[in-house]
Amino acid sequence: MSWYLSLPLIIPFIAAITAFLLRHSALGRWVSIIGSGLGLLASLALMSVVLDAGVLAGQMGNWPAPFGITLVADLLSAVMVLITAITGFAVAIYALGDITERQEKLGYHALFQMLLAGVTGAFLTGDLFNLYVWFEVMLIASFGLLILNGGKEQIDGGVKYVALNLISTILFLTGIGLLYGMTGTLNFADLALKVEDVENQGLLTVVAMMFMVAFGVKAAVFPLFFWLPAAYHTPSFAVSAIFAGLLTKVGVYALIRMFTMVFDHDVSFTHTILLWVACFTMVIGVLGAAAQSDFRKILSFHIISQIGYMILGLALMTPLALVGAVFYLVHHIIVKANLFLIAGVAHKLTGSTEVYKIGGLYKSAPFLAILFLIPAFSLAGFPPLSGFWAKYIIVKATLDIQMWFVAFIALAVGLMTIYSMTKIWAEAFWKPHPDGIEPELKTLQNKTALLLPIAGLAIMTVIIGLNPEPFVQFAERTAAQLLDPSAYITAVLGDAS
Amino acid sequence: MEQLLSLLIGVLVAASVYLMLARNLLRFLFGLILLSNAANLTIFVAGRLTPGAPSIVPDGVDAPIDVVANALPQALVLTAIVIGFGLFAFALILAFRAYQSLGTLNTDEMRVAEPKEQ
Repeated sequence: MSWYLSLPLIIPFIAAITAFLLRHSALGRWVSIIGSGLGLLASLALMSVVLDAGVLAGQMGNWPAPFGITLVADLLSAVMVLITAITGFAVAIYALGDITERQEKLGYHALFQMLLAGVTGAFLTGDLFNLYVWFEVMLIASFGLLILNGGKEQIDGGVKYVALNLISTILFLTGIGLLYGMTGTLNFADLALKVEDVENQGLLTVVAMMFMVAFGVKAAVFPLFFWLPAAYHTPSFAVSAIFAGLLTKVGVYALIRMFTMVFDHDVSFTHTILLWVACFTMVIGVLGAAAQSDFRKILSFHIISQIGYMILGLALMTPLALVGAVFYLVHHIIVKANLFLIAGVAHKLTGSTEVYKIGGLYKSAPFLAILFLIPAFSLAGFPPLSGFWAKYIIVKATLDIQMWFVAFIALAVGLMTIYSMTKIWAEAFWKPHPDGIEPELKTLQNKTALLLPIAGLAIMTVIIGLNPEPFVQFAERTAAQLLDPSAYITAVLGDAS
Repeated sequence: MEQLLSLLIGVLVAASVYLMLARNLLRFLFGLILLSNAANLTIFVAGRLTPGAPSIVPDGVDAPIDVVANALPQALVLTAIVIGFGLFAFALILAFRAYQSLGTLNTDEMRVAEPKEQ
């Protein structure tokens, strides 16, 4: 068993237990930060190993695959684990200034670390049922975080979030049962080999659709996204940032994994549905955002519309499109988490997230305004920021196969994104505050803890944007692995297969 | 046996959908637990049923001699039951807290976190 694979999982678990025991003392928050920092180092180590040695696989308890539980890190898993750790570290620091003492005593830091463990596990596992278990770890932690010390709003949003996510979980479980009945295995690598032998390929497509719906709910695609805008604007800002950055992306990751590796038997059917889903998701999400006036609600709807781009990359299934999907995934997590963190600072400075009720941030807190402009423009796809390259690759992929209409939708949605970002800019930053408040960053408590992660994530956006070449090359290698999973299969099952 | 259990799963799913379409949150949760039991049974049946043959390996050999029941789906179901139980307990408490703080279990009236209806 390789320590590189298990450390990114063990560290958050240990941190969670320690933080839980220390929840009544001020040490708990430092445990969370140190744990996230160590997790970041562990995932950096994993990344460097995977970059050098290719796919890394480890059998838990030394049961040989496909009988035991396998942990696998190919490039996609490794980059997702790394980006999870980066976001986790940033939010752990931000939590110093955002999470109240009451929430800490109720066990915020333990739940947060548990969430990171669940997300990391979902990215690393090579076994379908184990993926279900990690989904549950992630879900129960997110349930706790969502309603921690909550009032009416949090409970109300929580009910919808819990209800719809539980249904998707059960659907996922049913799909696992049926797929096991047809193939007799749950290991991804083994499944990839065995699905070809299934007699009734039509039934396999039915099961594929069950997975599509189950993961679709998690990823918040059209028409299954309703839980997201109902819940994401209610919890603490640190919590909603980590949710916005990571949770839906686990669904996208699961879709990419299953629909490139296992369910590639009837691409013309399944991926055509994905294509329509992607287009509707982009359009509905961005239109929903246009109708909102709450900082976080606008951003929540934009998560949905951006998920559409990633699904679009998967649906086209060309090498370039998958490059775009991977690039988009990484770019989006950084940018989206950052925007939610900024919403938190804006709320602390002005007292509200309703953009029509606040204002004046550009004049009194120009530094925050610049920090907002970077991820906001990146989200909308302005060159030279990371979002431009992500959108460029996806649109190029659609043009390459003459899907003019889809390319038009992708571009139009980008334009609409600018509209929403401009609305936040004009209302929250440019116009004077309606109550005449001139909120200054100086007055902010725990200023460093709040601004440091925002600045760090913004710098990452700029770096990816100014120097996209290595990141695109990385995404190309990742996409090649996704389209030809033979290295993955060999790493898991050995050469015998 | 498989056919009988499949029919039972169908009935469970039908009942759970009926319950989940109700506006009462508690009925929704009851529907949810029926659905999760249907899912567990699906895993069980999909692993093929071999009645009366426990998967026990006799002393002195490495593998079972005769045909035995598939133990893996049973292990999966067991895991799923435990996880489902935990989640359901959470959901029940959440429903109770929702009733306490919102004063209703009618899902149509649970709109605190959403925009006012026009």
